[in-house]
Amino acid sequence: MNRLKIVIILILAGVFLAGCVEQPSSVQPTATPTVQPTKAPATITLNGAGATFPYPLISKWSSEYNKIKPNIQINYQSVGSGAGIKQITARTVDFGASDAPLTEQEYSSVSGILQIPESIGAVVVAYNLPGIQKGVKLSGDVIADIFQGKITKWNDPKILSLNPGIQFPAKDIIVAHRSDGSGTTFVITDYLSAVSPDWKSNVGKGKSVNWPVGLGGKGNEGVAGLLSQNPYTIGYVELAYAKLQNISYAYIKNKAGKFIEPTLETTANAAAGAVPTLPAGDASWSSVSIVDAPGDNSYPIGSFTYFLVYKDQTDQAKGKLLAEFLWWAVHDGQKYSSELLYVPLPNDVISLNEKTIKLMNYNGQPVI
Amino acid sequence: MDRAILSFFRSSRSKFSGDFIFEAVVGFFALSILVLAVLLFRELFIESGISRDTFGPGFLTASTWNPVSEVFGALPFIFGTLVSSFLALIIAVPFSLGIAIFLSELAPEKLRTPLSFIIELLAAVPSVIIGLWGIFILAPFIRDYLAPPLSTYLGFLPLFQGPMYGPSMLTAGVILAIMIVPITSSVSREVIMTVPTHQREAALALGATGWETTRIAVLPYARSGIFGAVILGFGRAIGETMAVTMVIGNSPRISESLFSPSYTMASVIANEFVEATSKLYISSLIEIGFLLLVISFMVNIAARILVWKLLKVEGGGVT
Repeated sequence: MNRLKIVIILILAGVFLAGCVEQPSSVQPTATPTVQPTKAPATITLNGAGATFPYPLISKWSSEYNKIKPNIQINYQSVGSGAGIKQITARTVDFGASDAPLTEQEYSSVSGILQIPESIGAVVVAYNLPGIQKGVKLSGDVIADIFQGKITKWNDPKILSLNPGIQFPAKDIIVAHRSDGSGTTFVITDYLSAVSPDWKSNVGKGKSVNWPVGLGGKGNEGVAGLLSQNPYTIGYVELAYAKLQNISYAYIKNKAGKFIEPTLETTANAAAGAVPTLPAGDASWSSVSIVDAPGDNSYPIGSFTYFLVYKDQTDQAKGKLLAEFLWWAVHDGQKYSSELLYVPLPNDVISLNEKTIKLMNYNGQPVI
Repeated sequence: MDRAILSFFRSSRSKFSGDFIFEAVVGFFALSILVLAVLLFRELFIESGISRDTFGPGFLTASTWNPVSEVFGALPFIFGTLVSSFLALIIAVPFSLGIAIFLSELAPEKLRTPLSFIIELLAAVPSVIIGLWGIFILAPFIRDYLAPPLSTYLGFLPLFQGPMYGPSMLTAGVILAIMIVPITSSVSREVIMTVPTHQREAALALGATGWETTRIAVLPYARSGIFGAVILGFGRAIGETMAVTMVIGNSPRISESLFSPSYTMASVIANEFVEATSKLYISSLIEIGFLLLVISFMVNIAARILVWKLLKVEGGGVT
């Protein structure tokens, strides 16, 4: 009996001690500056985390850049924009990446952050209509009505009037949307909020929204799975994904009233049209959007995807390397975009990025 | 002098012998799990503070989940979790019991080991693989071959009304059932194997058939253990995330129909946590995690109590 007591006391003491040992480390903020032997010839790793959408492109950049500068490793984890923003806020990574610009609230909580558009993505409205190929014409308010369950049949007069000559079946429309929080959802809801006041007040824009109707699939592949297995389904996926998977997609009516096929080119047009309104790299980008962009040949559902870096770098050597990499990515790196079905940045955006990257400094000294 | 030393060692041997160290070490391991559980509860409770302050107990009964306007309620997720898990039990328990009885009572010796090995292998299949199989094979199968007869013959029940697109509460229930059959059946089998042979011999001696022997001698004896196995399965079903997320349709609405898409607590956390940025949003997701933990806990406690009660009135078996 006595022995049992001693055992228990010892165990409790052990737990208590473990608690004490743990205490100081938990008081410290989890700032783990990944201090590398900077001057040593060893490889230097630049860590990044964030959006899943640009992951294939950033991976490509990482391997190509490593060929040019063998001592630099770019390590990017595609953990999602939200997690990317959290990690750059906690300074556990050297750069973050996000599909959506930082909201006003996020921007004010991460002081001295720079937002650098690194590529452009387009989202397509995809469907599975047996016997009907790509190129069904849709407008923003019709899509908003479909996604809100107000248009429920494929042969609805509103759809028919946009598509004279196409025979639509009298079938119920099944809506497929992303169930996971994603930049893709942000882009399409941003577009619908821009063109449909009804959508804006009932649903709004965000990485996750309260979908009035439909089935939620996890990831592009989840939505694509719903599309491929259920005839008469409509949904949305990234342009690259739709092209690679041969998914039929709609031509969308743009601001100029033209029906535009989503391509790299038409999406680039939309981005170019938005350039004059872009803020400086260190300002808030929360209102930046290239949806429903002006221009005869602009595809209306697209978005920049951003690198997030600190203006004030805390490590001179590393800051310089980071700035050099970013510089390379927005210049030479852009030539890898098209083959991976990303939209290359327009020249005007590149020159804006040059100014932004030059803002990066160590103790007031520009790092590049 | 010598005696004093000897007696010192004698008395200290009892205190500092290998047994003592052994007890301390294993005791520490046991307690550390307890400490971990408590810390987990504490952390989830603290982190969900903003959500609790904002929504109060109404969080449990509100059915709106709107990340844009930041209005959050957990009811559709609680509903989806409990209903899909119960559905899985309804499907899985007969299968598991059948498997367990067959393997322990009826199967020829040669078949037993390979069959039970294969069933246990099923438990090792990663849930994302089961989920993919669910999306591409099971969901279309249920939509095309299971749902139409259900709605034709049982369509008068609200459970089987409305359109069926594949991903649904029913599909999630079936996937979960497949995932819990291995654990439920193998634990049940172990339990049934522990039933003393004299029980069976006694029943057979009284002229009972094979089925009667199982019914009157084996199952009552193993009752509480089988119940425990079922609860283990239920626990797995409640917490299962990936496979369910892939086939349940992820729609936070409460519907009477099993053909409608639904949503579970684990799924919403898996889907939305990564991209959640506002404090209230994250806190609400953490509160859902907290509720999930509480529900699992309560289910397990309820199961224990039931098992104890059953044990007290245990009159099973041939005595």
